[in-house]
This record gives sequence, structure tokens and C-alpha cells, in this order.
Amino acid sequence: MDGYIIGTIIKAILVLAIISALAGFGTYIERKVLAFMQRRYGPMHVGPYGLLQIAADGIKLFTKEDFIPSGANRLIFMFAPIITAATAFIALAAVPLLPEFKLFGMTVRAIVADLNIGILFILGMMAAGLYGPLLAGMAQRNKWGLIGAARTAVQFLSYEVVTGLSMLAPIMIVGSLSLIDFNNYQSGGMGEWLIWKQPLAFILFLIAGFAETNRTPFDLLEHEAEIVAGYATEYSGMRWGMFFIGEYANMITIGFIAAIVFLGGFNSWGFLPGGLAIVLKVSLFFFLMLWVRASWPHVRPDQMMWLCWKVLMPLAVINVTLTGLWMMV
Amino acid sequence: METFAFYFLSISIVALFAVTVWSRNILYSMTSLAAGMVLISGLFFILGADFLGVVQLIVYVGAVMALYAFGMMFFDATGVVKEKNAPAMTVFILGGLTALMLVVIFAAPSIANGAPAFYPPMAGANNPQAVGLVLFTKYLVPFEVAAIMLLVAMVAGIILAGKKMDRSLSKIKDAELEGGEAKDSK
Repeated sequence: MDGYIIGTIIKAILVLAIISALAGFGTYIERKVLAFMQRRYGPMHVGPYGLLQIAADGIKLFTKEDFIPSGANRLIFMFAPIITAATAFIALAAVPLLPEFKLFGMTVRAIVADLNIGILFILGMMAAGLYGPLLAGMAQRNKWGLIGAARTAVQFLSYEVVTGLSMLAPIMIVGSLSLIDFNNYQSGGMGEWLIWKQPLAFILFLIAGFAETNRTPFDLLEHEAEIVAGYATEYSGMRWGMFFIGEYANMITIGFIAAIVFLGGFNSWGFLPGGLAIVLKVSLFFFLMLWVRASWPHVRPDQMMWLCWKVLMPLAVINVTLTGLWMMV
Repeated sequence: METFAFYFLSISIVALFAVTVWSRNILYSMTSLAAGMVLISGLFFILGADFLGVVQLIVYVGAVMALYAFGMMFFDATGVVKEKNAPAMTVFILGGLTALMLVVIFAAPSIANGAPAFYPPMAGANNPQAVGLVLFTKYLVPFEVAAIMLLVAMVAGIILAGKKMDRSLSKIKDAELEGGEAKDSK
């Protein structure tokens, strides 16, 4: 039992360290990929290929003055970024990151907490993460912030239904809520991936995932062209940084869920071992998010609501119904 | 360990809901309400009812988010709300008695009989399965009644909100907006 607790603590610290480092690295990748798509170089001057830009950004974020506007609700204002960052990492606790491996003669399972309701827990925790932007926007007494908070509520209420319903069809097929069961269900190679059985659910989940992580085309909460920086207008320094660590951690989580549920998870893929396969798949989703950001404009809030409630939700319901019929026959 | 967790959660929940009731700042009220709802899911996790815990989390996160939307529209979030209290004694007695009555109604059976498990956990069935089996056999009628109530509420909501659904606010011409309400009210 003691070994279990110590192992869990070590895993939690490792996940925290690695994912926050990856989130920092993600900002560099994002700038580079966007730059290449727009035929420019991106960060070039700090270190080889601008790689040390992350360190420079980190130093800047940590040493910048932490500023709280005078009219703001101080307690909530200081607390809001912690919600975003913390829930993003709590959600990651239930994600199986890699296949089992052996270390010093012990079998290590690369998951912090194997819940039998893993996927619901992750979605619930990521939903709770939207309280960060909401509270931040309402606490800062800034009209842009308030608009950002209002958009957070609107966005949350729109996409949440689509996320849940699109995940329901794969859950019905596998008959379990544990991500490990999802992985084992698809262990028979590429032909058994759930994406072939549930292509519609896959696309719906991806779209809802973009909305969940505030990525373009659904980044209504900040939308720098319209409402300055939305909920983050008054934030600076590390509090601002925590919002973005949370956002990038959520992008990685969505990548893992999509890879495990629809693309075969961490089963070995042809000659690729499982660990490498899932890293490749998650990178693919991360790249897809950057690609979409480079090539698509924002949508308006009313278009987003129209899309979620009038297009995606009916499609998701039809998909669930058809899956149910197909399973009964 | 579990006892400690239970008391920690219970005290936090009661304290948070007390803040909800007594705070005069709309932001504190709603935030403590949301936090309390999240902590209640912790009680379910202690009892081993993982599924119900997560459902509590998901449902109330969404529900309180909708409350925030109303709070945002009606109040100044960073200021103090001026409450117009009716005579404090009347409110205290009526509210206190109602609360006491509710507590007695719900607590009396379990004080008298203890809290027996009517449906002991099935061997081999994990948490969501056990909930589903009981829900779709023993409690099928309440489940369906709840579903119909939700449907009624949804239809009512659509009818209330849908009166002007055929016209999009972003497609109204500026001149029409500035020209007053005369043309609007058809």
C-alpha cells in the first residue's frame, strides 16, 4: 500500500513536470508552425532555431509585475488562473499516457489513477476548468473581461452537449467508461480502430474538442481581434501564464482522448511500439489544432451557437440512435 | 483516513454554503456554491459511488454555470448587492422552520431504521452497471417520469425563447435599429 501511494505521488509529479514542460514547448511549436505556414521564420534569435525562446519567455513571465486592477475582486481574481491550470492537470491524472512498461523489475502503469469511469471524470474536470476564464472575466471589472466571461458561459453550454453525446456512441460500443478498456478493445490492429465504426462521432468530438480548449475557430473567449484579450485582459505575468499552461495541457489531454478512443490508443501500430505510436498520434492532433488555427478565421458567437445546437447536436443524437439500432440488430 | 476526509469535506461544504447564503457579493455567492457542489462529489467518491460522484460534478458544473450567466446579466459582479430584507424575524422563523422540517423529513427514516442497503452491490458489476441495473428495473417509473418532466420543461423553454427565433439579431440593419421600435413590433 505504501508503495502504491509513493508510486502515485512520483507519477503525479512526473506528469506535472513533463506536461508543463511540454506545454511550454507547445508554445514554441505553435509559433514555429504558424510561421512556416505564413512563409516566415518565427522565433530565430534566442538559441539554435530559436529553441531557447521558451526559456526567455519563461523568465519574462516569472519576473513580470503581477498586477491586480484596483476595482477587481482580489480573491477571485487571484484564484481563477489556478482553477484552469489545476483542473487541466487533474484531468490528466485519469489518462493512460503510455503502455505498461518495466522499470527496475517493476511493472509500471503509466496512469496516475485508473478510474473505471475515467472518461467521464476527464470530461467533467475539463468542464470545471472553464470556471477559470469565467471567474477571471467577472472578477476583473473590465468590460472586455466581462464579455469574455459571458462568452465562456455561452460556449460551455453549447459544446458540452456535443462532447457528451459524441462520446456516448463509442462508449456504447465498447461498453465501458475506462480508457484502458477502450485501448484494449482496439488491440487488433488498425482495422479495429473505432474511427472506422464511428467516423461521425470522431469528427463531432474533434470539433467539440476545439471548442473545449478554446482553439481557433472557437476561441471566442479571448478573440484578440474583437475583445482585446477577453477574460485575460487584465492578467499579466505568471497568472496569465497559468491560463495558457492550462490551455496547452487541455490540448494535450484532448489529443490523448481522441487518440485512445478513436485511433487505437497505445497499441503497437505495425512496426511502431505502442509508446511511440501514441506520441505520434497526439502530436498529429496537436499539429492539427495549429494547422486549423493557421488556415481558418474565427467564428462569431452566434455562429458557434448555431453550429453546436442546430447542426452538431442533432447529428450526434442521430449517431447515438443509429449506433443503438445497429447494436440491437 | 476516510473519517478525516468525511469531516474535512462536510465542514468545507457547510462553510461554503454558508458563504453562499450570507455573502452580499454575487461573485462570492456563486463561486462558493459551485465549489460546494464540487466538494459534494467528493462525498460520493468516499462512499465508492464513483459514477454518481462524476455525474454530480458534470451536472452541477453546468447548472451553476447557467446561474453565473444570470448573475452576470442582473448584478454588478464586483460590487455589493443591496438586499431588501423583509422583517428579519419573520424570514428567520419561516426559513428556519422550513429547513428544520425538511431535515426531519429526510433524516427521520434513516435515524429510525439506520441506512440499510436495499439493493446490495452485485458481484462482478462495476459502478455504472450497478446504477444502470437498478435504474432500469426497480426505479424505471420515476426515471421515466423525470424524463417526461425534463421534456416538458424543454418544450416550454423552446416556446418561451423561440418567439423571435426566425429573425437573427445580427442581420437587422443598423438603420432599423436606430429608427426605433416601430418597425420592430410586427
